[in-house]
Amino acid sequence: MTAMSSVSIKTTIAAKPEFKFGKNKVSANNVNVFYGDKHALKDVTVNIPEKAVMAFIGPSGCGKSTFLRCLNRMNDTIPIAKVTGKVEIDNQDIYDKALDVVQLRARVGMVFQKPNPFPKSIYENIAYGPKIHGLAASKSDLNEIVEASLKKAGLWDEVKDRLSDSGTGLSGGQQQRLCIARAIAVSPEIILMDEPCSALDPIATARIEELIDELRENFTIVIVTHSMQQAARVSQRTAFFHLGVLVEEGTTDTIFTNPNDSRTQDYITGRFG
Amino acid sequence: MASHIVTAFENELREINRKVAEMGGLAEKSVVDSIDALIKRDTILAQRVIAGDTRLDQLQREIEDDAITLIAKRQPLAVDLREVVSAIRICNDLERVGDLAKNTAKRVLALKGEYQAPALLRGVEHMSEIVLEQLKEVLDAFGARDAARAMAVWKRDGAVDDLYTSLFRELLTYMMEDPRQITMCTHLLFAAKNVERIGDHATNIAETVHYLVVGEQLADERPKSDASSMTTVAYPKG
Repeated sequence: MTAMSSVSIKTTIAAKPEFKFGKNKVSANNVNVFYGDKHALKDVTVNIPEKAVMAFIGPSGCGKSTFLRCLNRMNDTIPIAKVTGKVEIDNQDIYDKALDVVQLRARVGMVFQKPNPFPKSIYENIAYGPKIHGLAASKSDLNEIVEASLKKAGLWDEVKDRLSDSGTGLSGGQQQRLCIARAIAVSPEIILMDEPCSALDPIATARIEELIDELRENFTIVIVTHSMQQAARVSQRTAFFHLGVLVEEGTTDTIFTNPNDSRTQDYITGRFG
Repeated sequence: MASHIVTAFENELREINRKVAEMGGLAEKSVVDSIDALIKRDTILAQRVIAGDTRLDQLQREIEDDAITLIAKRQPLAVDLREVVSAIRICNDLERVGDLAKNTAKRVLALKGEYQAPALLRGVEHMSEIVLEQLKEVLDAFGARDAARAMAVWKRDGAVDDLYTSLFRELLTYMMEDPRQITMCTHLLFAAKNVERIGDHATNIAETVHYLVVGEQLADERPKSDASSMTTVAYPKG
């Protein structure tokens, strides 16, 4: 006496669009760094994708800044530092004896923790690099580079009427954007940032983060930061360093919601003893 | 797992968890009592269930407030973030469980003086026994952070749906046979629906426990077999 009919309804949900990583810009293989007897970085192997932001996190002294400095051979400036292993940018060994370090540092720009503008005018701060690298053929070329760099760094509107004022007279956040503009002016491919916001207030920090987001369209960015939230906000990949070892590397989403290694979990959740 | 360097953070997380556990206990009790009240036609117990729902609502608001404050203050990450998100989700499910139990209890009051037919109650009683077991299991799985146990609950939800679909058909048949039973059967049908939904919330909680422990959302489609919305019963001939 009963009749039952049933219809099957099936729905599918589109997968969420994920960030697509391009080819690897930098690849490091078994990189070790010694400061005299101290073994500061142990067998670090990692790839850094182009046109994306990669964050290095870890407690102080874990080797993240040391590794960052390997990428433009800044460790060369420390007499007791010794680097072994291989670092390649676009498949070219950057520790090759024949390589011009000055050229390398033009390709791999750097922004430091404390804004360090030259004690010169805002204009000269930007123009200095292109001039010594011979990137501008004429005065008008140089003017264009200065304007374009300041625009890319989001500083143009704030300083266009006072380009001859001293760079050191700007606010902390403006100085840091000036330093980013200065790094951009020589058309680098990679920008290294060593805690670029740690001396800035939240508004200035937000401006820099917004800038980093825009810059990744054209540059490969590597950022060292002590702020977990900043790493989570600005980067697409994150690497966690601890005691000179690269513990874990992966997409930022994974590292901050579901890390593999218990050391990563303990560090980002504030459980490190 | 090691505790947080900041003791206050640890205490805040623990307090949220304590409240979720309290909600779990209360929700379970209100389901048991609502079914008991239905079966025994106990209006005093039913009224107690209705009054008790306020505490569940209050706890849910507290947990949400605590969780929001904790997110704002501590910016939890990884397992901590999953703990907080899970607490918010589970307290929402438990609050709904409380509402459904309350709805069943209200029907007990409505049925006062109605036609008595204990045979009709057996199906609802049997179904609620199974759902209660599911709810208890999943809350234990949450307490123990046991994803496998939660998944076992998740897989069993299909059986509850099957039971509901057959109960639906049974009650329709009773109504056709004797119109005096319509009021009773209709209320029982809603009570059964409440129980079935409580089962769905247990399944939601199971998914949350899986997320909390494993760190990934469950990708599989849940075993749904509630076909009642597509079920018809033909009128008896003659």
